[in-house]
Amino acid sequence: METVKKEKRSLGFLEQLYVGEVVKGLAITGRHFFRNLFIHTAHLFGLMKSRKGAVTVQYPEERRVIPAGYRARHRLVRREDGSPRCVACMLCPTICPAQCIHVRAGESPDPAIEKYPVEFNIVLDRCVMCGLCVEACPVDAIRMDTGIVEMSAYDREEFVNRRDLLLGMNPQTPPLPKTRHG
Amino acid sequence: MDILIILIKIFMMIGFLMVMGLLLTWVERKQSAVMQDRIGANRADILGMRLMGLFHPLADALKLLTKEDFVPPSGSRFIHTLAPFIAFTTALVGFAVIPFGPPIHLFHREITLQVADIHVGILFVFVAAGLSIYGVILAGWSSANRYSLLGALRGAAQTISYEVSIGLSVIGLLMVFGSLSLSEIAHAQGDLIWGFLPRWGVMVQPLGFLIFFTAAVAETKRVPFDLPEGESEIIGFFLEYSGMKFGLLWIGEFVEIVVMSGLITALFFGGWQVPFLYEHGFEFPWGTRAGLPHGLVLTLQVASFVFKVAFFCWFQMLVRWTFPRFRYDQLMRLGWKGLLPLSLLNILVTGIVILVFD
Repeated sequence: METVKKEKRSLGFLEQLYVGEVVKGLAITGRHFFRNLFIHTAHLFGLMKSRKGAVTVQYPEERRVIPAGYRARHRLVRREDGSPRCVACMLCPTICPAQCIHVRAGESPDPAIEKYPVEFNIVLDRCVMCGLCVEACPVDAIRMDTGIVEMSAYDREEFVNRRDLLLGMNPQTPPLPKTRHG
Repeated sequence: MDILIILIKIFMMIGFLMVMGLLLTWVERKQSAVMQDRIGANRADILGMRLMGLFHPLADALKLLTKEDFVPPSGSRFIHTLAPFIAFTTALVGFAVIPFGPPIHLFHREITLQVADIHVGILFVFVAAGLSIYGVILAGWSSANRYSLLGALRGAAQTISYEVSIGLSVIGLLMVFGSLSLSEIAHAQGDLIWGFLPRWGVMVQPLGFLIFFTAAVAETKRVPFDLPEGESEIIGFFLEYSGMKFGLLWIGEFVEIVVMSGLITALFFGGWQVPFLYEHGFEFPWGTRAGLPHGLVLTLQVASFVFKVAFFCWFQMLVRWTFPRFRYDQLMRLGWKGLLPLSLLNILVTGIVILVFD
């Protein structure tokens, strides 16, 4: 492998005088200031809406698009008849590194299906959002595509997501939430 | 009657400085945001009105007034309380000698638009700036905290070092204008050089202006000279302050910016002078004349002073949000090996030029 040696350039006389370099630095920040100020002012009059004066996303009002494949809050998928697709095979509680999934299996009334989850709890405040449960599931019963990223509660008990809650959640649907980048 | 006029002027001045100081807290937030492609503080609202974050200074004041006033148990309570007052007062008082308009004639008496027309006005400003070190030192020392003491010592060393350059850098200016009184200096800057160039301080003393401005930024103890504060390393001499005492130190810093801007304006940028505007209207060097009523001329001149002060506040903010902090040895090298010899050279060259041309 070839090694490239970079000469460390010492400052020239003019650079050591600071003044020129100081003016250059001020020119850069000043340029940003006046360009953004101009764009903001134009926005006030409803002009130049296509150009942005700031990269800020004003969070609670505006949201960024959640990209495809983002691991958001979990949900359980239903079959066509509405029963949970989960067959209570215990692969997800087994692989879960945070041990936050608790499944209790029961015998399914459908003779073609062996088991179904009587209880299916995800303790969200222990979850590390690794997505391994989704990977492990053999029947694609658990997904992390709800697009819900805000997870907060006043009580630990509220973090325990039970089966029916998980079954009731929907995937993030297009149209996606409105953003300035969207 | 004279006392009444002076009192009115004092209240006007304090009002101006306090409003500017409060506005500067807003400007600091917003300007830095706009420079960095951000939006800046805009969440404080009254009944849903946000006014681009203009309510944030009010919210700040409310917050600071209601916070706990903490004094370190092993600190000195009296001095700890006294220090912010010294810092704030010395910052405020420097503006007293800065003229913000020409003398006006009202009710058969001449009223100078200046709180105190002292003959040695410049010295007075430097005295006030020098006394402000006490605020820093006492604040740091009475907190009984190593870091705040370190900040205070840095502040004292820095202020004293740059006071030398700031004092020497105006000597050239004093030699040109031949007066220590700020009102006379402002008046003299209404003349023209070679018949068309305004005789502003910056035109006759460009190097003096550069040195003065650099040292003035160092005097205000803000980035890139914010070693006494150094918020990422020692937090600074006001480490143990909270509530409105901290608020005083904080607003005092902004008032100091306004005072320094006023001083730069008065010394180097013509004070209240508008180029080619005289008592009876515009007189351009190419012969065009435009008569203006006295009231309008006066308004223009005071407005030009306020505009220049606002510009230099803006410019100091631009400097503050552009450069990184100096290292301590770099700071001392710039002060003693850079600015001091340059200001001495400036005096020498000015003296030679005056000798040769007069």
